[in-house]
Amino acid sequence: MFKKFSKEDIHSRSKVKSSIQRTLKSKLVAQYPALEPVIDELIPKKSHIELIKCEDKIQLYTVDGEVLFFQKFDELIPSLRLVHKFPQAYPTVQVDRGAIKFVISGANIMCPGLTSAGAKLPDAPGYEKDSIVIINAENKDHALAIGKLLMSTENIKSINKGHGVELIHHLGDPLWSFNLD
Amino acid sequence: MSELQEVVYCEVCSYPPEYCEFSGKLKRCKKWLHETHPDLYTKLYADQPEDEVNNLGTKLAESSIGEEREGKLEKDLLKLQRKEENKEQRELAKKLSSKVIIKREARTKRKFVVAIQGLEVFEIDMKKLAKTFASKFATGCSVSKNAEKKEEIIIQGDVIDGVETYIHQLLAEKGLKDVKVEVIDTKKKKKPTTTPGETK
Repeated sequence: MFKKFSKEDIHSRSKVKSSIQRTLKSKLVAQYPALEPVIDELIPKKSHIELIKCEDKIQLYTVDGEVLFFQKFDELIPSLRLVHKFPQAYPTVQVDRGAIKFVISGANIMCPGLTSAGAKLPDAPGYEKDSIVIINAENKDHALAIGKLLMSTENIKSINKGHGVELIHHLGDPLWSFNLD
Repeated sequence: MSELQEVVYCEVCSYPPEYCEFSGKLKRCKKWLHETHPDLYTKLYADQPEDEVNNLGTKLAESSIGEEREGKLEKDLLKLQRKEENKEQRELAKKLSSKVIIKREARTKRKFVVAIQGLEVFEIDMKKLAKTFASKFATGCSVSKNAEKKEEIIIQGDVIDGVETYIHQLLAEKGLKDVKVEVIDTKKKKKPTTTPGETK
């Protein structure tokens, strides 16, 4: 999604009203319930939220100049910096060490990378197809990418072939190094 | 009590330090980490003797992908690292070989503009610099494309001396003191063979 992304893709920047800010917060909590205890810390009431509309109907939300989450259609997707701050709140999968290199260069994750010895998938029932997952790596503490499941985790286990996760955002992509000014 | 985690990011490659080995800049990352966060350094690279900061080996915690694949991965990472290093060197060479041209052009009889070319190689934000110049010299300043489709900064008014010192200072700050700065001054009725000091 952010293979190519630069300042030229920004269409408009606008401040978010405090009423919309409230809805935004509740939406975020509805999507990731575990965020509730820290939401006021992530987005303080007095903070300066900006909505940046970009090419391809991508919308970024920045809080005090830092991109915290973005939106393609309806779903809010946290940015990696937000994930690093509070990683417990999101569904997570883990890839083995051999896959890190490819993930960091932006490749989709193949099923074997998610099922091998170093990798981890949640136990049944797992996550549904199309849900947003955080991708962690073997022996690492922090997440390295965010993706969308192309099949449910149970299917990944049983089929074990082909693309498992579509990568949305990863370490080192243009959004990661994106700077507002 | 805050439940949020503060994550240290490597200033060299911008990743969390544990991913530095995949950035291809490991050598510099390790050096940086060693200087700024020694505790993290020992945690991540504990199995290596301290004096081997510049060692290229990337053995980290044991992994499960098997020795053969681990070996291959290591080789690939080394390759990537070499590639990155070469790239950096090339870029540095390019920076050193390029030059900045500061030019004074006559607009009408007594009015001048100063044009600065060749700054884009140095990762300088032209628009921002133009803004600084505008406020520094209290004049109009803009970024525009010249005849060769290259960006240049145009400053209104005869401020060539101030610009020259500022550019020198800017380049020195970036550690690029050796970059050539060429000043082209098209002053009327001034012989290039005699400098103003000698004529007096």
